[in-house]
Amino acid sequence: MGENDDIIKEFIVESHENIDRLDNDLVALEKDPSSKDILARIFRATHTIKGTCGFFGFSKLQTVTHAGENLLARLRDGQLALTAEMTTALLAMVDVVRELLSRIENTGAEGDGDYAALIATLGRLAKGGTPPAGGSGAAPKGGGKSSSSSGEGAGRPPPGGPPGGEDARGDQAVDTILEAAQMHAASAAMEGHIRVDVGLLDKLMTLVGELVLARNQILQFTAVLENGGIAQATQRLNLITTELQESVMKMRMQPIGKVWNKFPRVVRDLAAACGKNVHLEMEGEGTELDKTLIEAIADPLTHAVRNAVDHGIETPAERRAAGKPAEGRLALRAFHESGHVNIEISDDGAGIDVEKVKNKALSLGLLSPDQAPVISDREAMSLIFLPGFSTAEKVTNLSGRGVGMDVVKTNIERIGGSIDVQSARGKGMTLKIKIPLTLAIIPALIVSCRGDFYAIPQASLMELVRLDAADAGRLIERIHGVPVYRLRGRLLPLVNLGKELFGTESSGTGNGEGPRSVPIVVLQAGDHVFGLIVDAVNDTEEIVVKPLGQQLKGLSVYAGASIMGDGRVALILDVLGIALKAHVLSEVGDRAFAEDKETEKSGVVDNRQSFLLFRSPDRGQMAIPLSAVARLEEFPRPSIERAGSQDVVQYRGEILPLLNLSTSLPERRSRPRHPEEPPAEEGGRDVVQVVVYTRGKKSVGLMVERILDIVEEALQVQSPGTRSGVTGSAVIHGRVTELLDVENLIRGVLPEFFGPA
Amino acid sequence: MEETTQFCTFHLDQFLFGVDVRKVQEVIRSLKLTRVPLAPEVITGLINLRGEIVTAIDLRRRLELPPRPPEVEPMNVVVQTGAEVVSLLVDSIGAVVTVTPEAFEKPPETLTGVARDLILGAYKLKDRLLLALDVEKVIQGAAV
Repeated sequence: MGENDDIIKEFIVESHENIDRLDNDLVALEKDPSSKDILARIFRATHTIKGTCGFFGFSKLQTVTHAGENLLARLRDGQLALTAEMTTALLAMVDVVRELLSRIENTGAEGDGDYAALIATLGRLAKGGTPPAGGSGAAPKGGGKSSSSSGEGAGRPPPGGPPGGEDARGDQAVDTILEAAQMHAASAAMEGHIRVDVGLLDKLMTLVGELVLARNQILQFTAVLENGGIAQATQRLNLITTELQESVMKMRMQPIGKVWNKFPRVVRDLAAACGKNVHLEMEGEGTELDKTLIEAIADPLTHAVRNAVDHGIETPAERRAAGKPAEGRLALRAFHESGHVNIEISDDGAGIDVEKVKNKALSLGLLSPDQAPVISDREAMSLIFLPGFSTAEKVTNLSGRGVGMDVVKTNIERIGGSIDVQSARGKGMTLKIKIPLTLAIIPALIVSCRGDFYAIPQASLMELVRLDAADAGRLIERIHGVPVYRLRGRLLPLVNLGKELFGTESSGTGNGEGPRSVPIVVLQAGDHVFGLIVDAVNDTEEIVVKPLGQQLKGLSVYAGASIMGDGRVALILDVLGIALKAHVLSEVGDRAFAEDKETEKSGVVDNRQSFLLFRSPDRGQMAIPLSAVARLEEFPRPSIERAGSQDVVQYRGEILPLLNLSTSLPERRSRPRHPEEPPAEEGGRDVVQVVVYTRGKKSVGLMVERILDIVEEALQVQSPGTRSGVTGSAVIHGRVTELLDVENLIRGVLPEFFGPA
Repeated sequence: MEETTQFCTFHLDQFLFGVDVRKVQEVIRSLKLTRVPLAPEVITGLINLRGEIVTAIDLRRRLELPPRPPEVEPMNVVVQTGAEVVSLLVDSIGAVVTVTPEAFEKPPETLTGVARDLILGAYKLKDRLLLALDVEKVIQGAAV
């Protein structure tokens, strides 16, 4: 019996493969009913399953596939033309076969399902029958009307052949022989491939991981030895291990088409259910990635595809009304790029209505009224990824999207990927997913903090900055607990690793007898960039990611642990987790909201936001959200030129229009508010401080009197704006501060700025 | 003699504890520990157990006993429950003791607080009590 079990197992594996192909072929056939090749393939696959299961005595499986085969035979012979009903029935057959196969796989028997209705439908269709009037799927025998010999036999017998069921059985015997020949041909094509148990592959991967660690240890030992022979042998060991590691990783690679395979079917069924026409295009099915990743992305991708069909693409009537072709287009694209796999899911549907998303977010309390006008369209779109956005009631009324997108995002981020959405209203939307090739072995930067080593995945690493300890105090501007560093004119929020992990600042910040330099590791977490201050940057190393025990899973600042070359354990930092803990992501539309969920629940929105404070022309204090600031620049006064009535400056090969706040803001007070302060021109300052605001490809510079501070505040707008270009006033640092409404201000002076790009 | 159980025993403070020997994977001398900032206090750190990363739980802290004197170098009792391997840090290792169910009694009153929940009961040995530890609870409760 044991031998038989093995054969059955093989049969199941093989049949599953056939079934997966069947799904796609049927959908393809529906698109191109005249294709003899596809039809022949479908017929062959069905036939193979039927023949083999007859051999094993799986009678249900045999009856179902037999009924399907009869229909297919008549299609193949050109006696019938494929209809949508036939496709549906054949797909239903595929489902039944799949169900039976998994039942056999799990229990060894077919179970007691009743498939009479399906068999009857297939039989009726094979006879060219039409749907029974008001009847269930189970058409009575003889229900077909076109067949001359009503109810007799399945399929028209060839001339001279015995009639009825006898024929089918005889036919089958012949076919089985044919089939054997075909299978032989097929297996010849498979030569050079063997099936390997996944468990074995996983074990091999683990062993290679261990080998990599051992290699690293040996490399460290031999580095201090001075023995030519050992050094040479180690070098060879090093090379071989690297190659072995690559080969094993390749073995685990699978084409993304494995996940995509089911999409033609998913899209067809869903589109039919929603009454839509959707054309699915796939590009780059051969793009390979690690098996574990394939498994991890299957669900999020399916969700995104379903979403696109369900909520993105409009009904044919709506599409025609919008001047688009009735058939919607859904395109999947996958490609490799710089060590990552990029997957794009784009549709030409309705796209995201930013205003509706904002309103929805407002009504859900995910966005505060102050934030709504200031966030960019891109930030607004990313609101759909917020947890809670999608779980809200009536979300399907939203013409945009957002059903379960937070789940998609979470799943993608869990495997170290990122997701981005782009959309133009009425034109469609594109989801861009970026995931690493593999998870098991990653290059990492090793840093130290308080004597311990920590690994930072290089995928998040952007650059390293080293500040002289002597200058660090001056260069790291620490204002009210929000340290920032001007990295090439851009404000980089800083996070002190020691402070996050141990609650106190690292010794490396330059106070007292600290080290000579302050290393800053510039990291990217989602869309945000921040600098991590560590005690020292050590080295880069290939590390094997090992999961943390159950007890430590709750610590979001760690992604796992790894064993270093010297055998010590190093924790792997989760860059996103650190960023969240340090609240660097507290800008609008980010995951910080997820952390603040508890406050949300109690009805209070934590709208802490970073603001840039500067002195206004009338000597008051003004603020703009840091998210609206692209860069801070200083220009020498003589470099400012005039173009028409406009101040401009040459900036990065382009002409940057400059807005003078003192002229573009309506003057309100005749007297300076703080006359005791020195005059604006501070002893002949020959530079102008400019806040660069960028939108799309356009930039504009706001000339300010002086940049004062950067603060993080939960802002309470206390009085509404009394002049245009000002949203309102709030108290920051104990001083009344006007909030600049950048967009309105620019609109007032440079109306063309918001025009078409 | 059918129902006897073997316990791997160890010392913590002045108590003698025991874990069902079938759950003990191995006992090793103290290994280099990597501390885990932000982890609960009971988690002393991570150890490298032949390429496997294992969480070490300080049983003294877990049982809310006074801290281990610095001169005592802890021992690792590596236990396995389900798929999880965890190392329990103890003061010193005792013998493997065979006990019979007749000697068993519910937790004694001498222990209070969290320790009471983590102790299945006591076996009356000839000269002292052997406190049987509920390994699963010890591990689960230590989670973040």
